[in-house]
Amino acid sequence: MARYGMVIDTKRCVGCHACVISCFVENQIPDGYTRSWITEITQGEFPKLRTEIFSERCNHCENAPCVSVCPTGASWIDEETGIVNINTKLCTGCKACMAACPYDARFVNPKGYADKCSFCEHRTRKGLASACATTCPTSAITFGDLDNPASELHKKLAGRQVVTRKPEKGTKPKIFYLK
Amino acid sequence: MTEIVSGNVNPHISPHMEIWEWQIPAYLFLGGLVAGLMVLNGIWRLQGKQLEGQSVLRLGAIFAPVLLSLGMLFLFLDLTYKVHVFRFYTAFKPASPMSWGAWILLLVYPVQILALALPGGIDRFGWKLEFLNPLWERIKGITAKFEKQIAWISIASGSGLGIYTGILLSVNAARPIWNSSILGPLFLVSGLSAGAAFALLLNPSNKEERKLVRLDTAFLAGELILLILFVIGHLSGVQANRESLELIMGGGFTAPFWGFVVGLGILLPLWLEVRELTHKPTPFWIAPVFVLAGGLALRFVFVFAGQAG
Repeated sequence: MARYGMVIDTKRCVGCHACVISCFVENQIPDGYTRSWITEITQGEFPKLRTEIFSERCNHCENAPCVSVCPTGASWIDEETGIVNINTKLCTGCKACMAACPYDARFVNPKGYADKCSFCEHRTRKGLASACATTCPTSAITFGDLDNPASELHKKLAGRQVVTRKPEKGTKPKIFYLK
Repeated sequence: MTEIVSGNVNPHISPHMEIWEWQIPAYLFLGGLVAGLMVLNGIWRLQGKQLEGQSVLRLGAIFAPVLLSLGMLFLFLDLTYKVHVFRFYTAFKPASPMSWGAWILLLVYPVQILALALPGGIDRFGWKLEFLNPLWERIKGITAKFEKQIAWISIASGSGLGIYTGILLSVNAARPIWNSSILGPLFLVSGLSAGAAFALLLNPSNKEERKLVRLDTAFLAGELILLILFVIGHLSGVQANRESLELIMGGGFTAPFWGFVVGLGILLPLWLEVRELTHKPTPFWIAPVFVLAGGLALRFVFVFAGQAG
């Protein structure tokens, strides 16, 4: 039993897109689609501007609206890992999950089924970190088990201001951003 | 100033969501219309057979499964993994409105057939369907004993169908303009109104026409009240809901919403129907045509506005 999550340090992220590219390669994402992306938020008035850069993907929410709206059970939460998964054999391509996701993390794979970040399940089940976390050259992305207090994740979280994306949606994301 | 640059380049997701195109609003409209026909059918039966004419009990009941099948064809066209369509029926997920919808759609067909087998529906099949008549006689023998029960089931399952078409959208907190439970009753009442309007175009008797027009004024007035409640609910709601109202209050959907949905789809036919009820000369077909167009516009505006915001 584990509860996989991710910590992303917005102060370390330089927006180099290495995470995006490593995800393409690792998961063989079809051309023109992406499971992860970089967001830049610039605030203030010129010349006093402040830009925050961070990497985004499926938040693997504990209270995942994509799972509750799915009519066939194709979207499901793996109790062993906490990963929000897609069983492509059950997916009809009705796109209810895409309408439900506040993060727009899903897309329709050209093969017809809903697709999104899998937390590199094929790697993480073997004890490896996700491809994006492994590749990140500034160590801005840390992957690990939220239930393990000794994990690298908890060390990163200590003493920092932590936010999640769109907390008002009540989805309980498992990706935490360090301000 | 806040500027957000997102690298999410997925088609139909970015720059704004366009996952549900014309098929979904067209289906939601037809589903609502059929729900309206089923509820009217039940009401007609419960009130006895004093209402002569065949608009609701016969023609409306024949059109219901045809229109619903057309709607389901649209739903099928929307699926991106069409060979997996049977997966809707290998699971029931109580938290998923779409799962409820899939099963409700399966339930309403037999109810519609039972309603057709009642007096005033289809008495005998002609043309090349005569071989069905022996079976039909047996079904009629059974249904005749349960007319009231079938009427109630027709009202209940029709209402379920109408409400779910709204709830399908409203559960999505991610799309703030949809996120109002008013959408369930709103889409139901709009469907009832569309059902009455459709029946008015099916050559009703004078008595039936008057009753349909009277009911439709009530449905249209109800729809107007629900729309006002929807706007008030969003204005007094959380920030995201308040901001999403911009879409119909100055944003890109302002003209279609207030012009087509409210003006031409509710206020104009309401005025025409009140004229008709007060015995002023009014062409009978104009109001129903605008009601139907307004019902279709309501679904299009909501489905597209939710994805744009």
